[in-house]
Amino acid sequence: MNQSIFEIIRNDALTENVFQMVLRGDTSAITAPGQFVNIRIDGLFLRRPISVCDYDANTLTLIYKVVGKGTAAMAGLSTGSQLDILTGLGNGYDLSLSGDFPVLLGGGVGVPPLYNLAKKLIAEGKSVSVILGFNTENEVFYEDQFQALGCAVTVTTVDGSHGTKGFVTDALPENYSYFYTCGPEPMLKTVYRMTHTSGQLSFEERMGCGFGACMGCSCQTITGYKRICKEGPVMKKEEILWD
Amino acid sequence: MGLTVNLCGIELSNPVIPASGTFGYGYEFAELYDINELGTFSFKGTTKEPRFGNPTPRIAECPGGMINAVGLQNPGVDKVIAEELPKLKACFYKPVMANVSGFSVDGYAYTCEKLDKEPQVGWLEVNISCPNVHGGGMSFGTQPEAAAAVTKAVKAVTTKPVIIKLSPNVTNIVAIAKACEDAGADGISLINTMLGMRINLHNRKPVIANTMGGYSGPGIFPVALRMVYQVAQAVSVPIIGMGGVSSAEDVIEMMLAGATAVEVGAANLVNPYICRDIIRDLPRVMEKYKINNLQEIIGGVNHG
Repeated sequence: MNQSIFEIIRNDALTENVFQMVLRGDTSAITAPGQFVNIRIDGLFLRRPISVCDYDANTLTLIYKVVGKGTAAMAGLSTGSQLDILTGLGNGYDLSLSGDFPVLLGGGVGVPPLYNLAKKLIAEGKSVSVILGFNTENEVFYEDQFQALGCAVTVTTVDGSHGTKGFVTDALPENYSYFYTCGPEPMLKTVYRMTHTSGQLSFEERMGCGFGACMGCSCQTITGYKRICKEGPVMKKEEILWD
Repeated sequence: MGLTVNLCGIELSNPVIPASGTFGYGYEFAELYDINELGTFSFKGTTKEPRFGNPTPRIAECPGGMINAVGLQNPGVDKVIAEELPKLKACFYKPVMANVSGFSVDGYAYTCEKLDKEPQVGWLEVNISCPNVHGGGMSFGTQPEAAAAVTKAVKAVTTKPVIIKLSPNVTNIVAIAKACEDAGADGISLINTMLGMRINLHNRKPVIANTMGGYSGPGIFPVALRMVYQVAQAVSVPIIGMGGVSSAEDVIEMMLAGATAVEVGAANLVNPYICRDIIRDLPRVMEKYKINNLQEIIGGVNHG
């Protein structure tokens, strides 16, 4: 974990209420795709946890949906603004288990953390299938960006207005070596049920600190109590306690 | 400049103490900075049996702070002694404050008796004020007789200083503080969180799964300061003041109201370096307000 100041170099709308923020700063604490950062916002007490979409040595890309006061305030920030950010939070995805042809399933704002994961898996020479799920056509984002990485991309929309009609699980390929997913809990439960391999699921929870101190985001797993912010947000399929 | 204070016979290099529940068992913060810079810290509230705590969401944002309803998640006293304290020993050489909670007088005594045998433990901070558990915690802190019963039972099983942590969710905190002092408490710490609630307008459900939770953060500072002041007028044992403290100025204000030492809670969750930063800032603020020695300003509020 690192606490440092980042400067916003871009903050643009991708859809009506989903924004992409690119920041410059010290990303050295980020060690894996699927980790998150925790952002201090003027006028609010708790930091706001946002998953990392992409990063390199000195830039950080975040994609966030405006859902409340914190994200609304973020959307209003202009280029050049500075933000106090805790980086390198959470465990992130474990790439070593992917096999040769993993499938990545993202729903809505669960899509962003899969981007850097896909990039890294492609760099390792894996054949990566990506399924991106949205409600409707005008909510779709990052389809082109995943394609540009060299992934086989399928988009699903619930209303069928773009890509395959249905949920991400309706587009599951017959064969895949492993799965990685992030999205709303009902989607995670369906992915958990419908997948025939092992895999990793990224969870969301209201957090106090984001770095393991407050026990605000604990959950029960087969291997004991876990903090979503510290031992998570990524859990392996085998450790999840679902019927 | 004198930052040392004496808390129930044990010297603290400075009065700043991370509050229970915001600092885990310490070793995680030791990855960030040398936690021996702290006066001490109060470890995560520990009970006789392991506890998962409440369902999530356990956290809500509030004006001037937050609500939590963690519900005393902890691995139980045996595991704390077997696993957490040895890990702490590797990075913290000072006496630690053991925070204890319970659901019966016997439960408190059981846990305290076990921790009494641990040389790392300097003080027992007995939490009779947790608002997030049913049938225990706060129910002992809202009646003078029950508070006294816990205090007596704990005092009977330990030779370490016993500090009773009080709830602000009462009509007369002074009466409870006096009952604890009369029952043998070596110190009083206050305040625990204030009972609060938020409702999500989208689905009209409480934000907190447990409906209510404990409100903490800068918003409660004036209430905490007032209660520290009132209790300081009524008891002669040392007081640890807490509630919304987030700066060196707040520490000095608490001490002027009557606190010997000061705990910092919710602020740790926003800035994990806050206690270190406050300690490093204290000499500057002391100089600004012409304070040479912190021990001398305890209870020094000037009524002119």
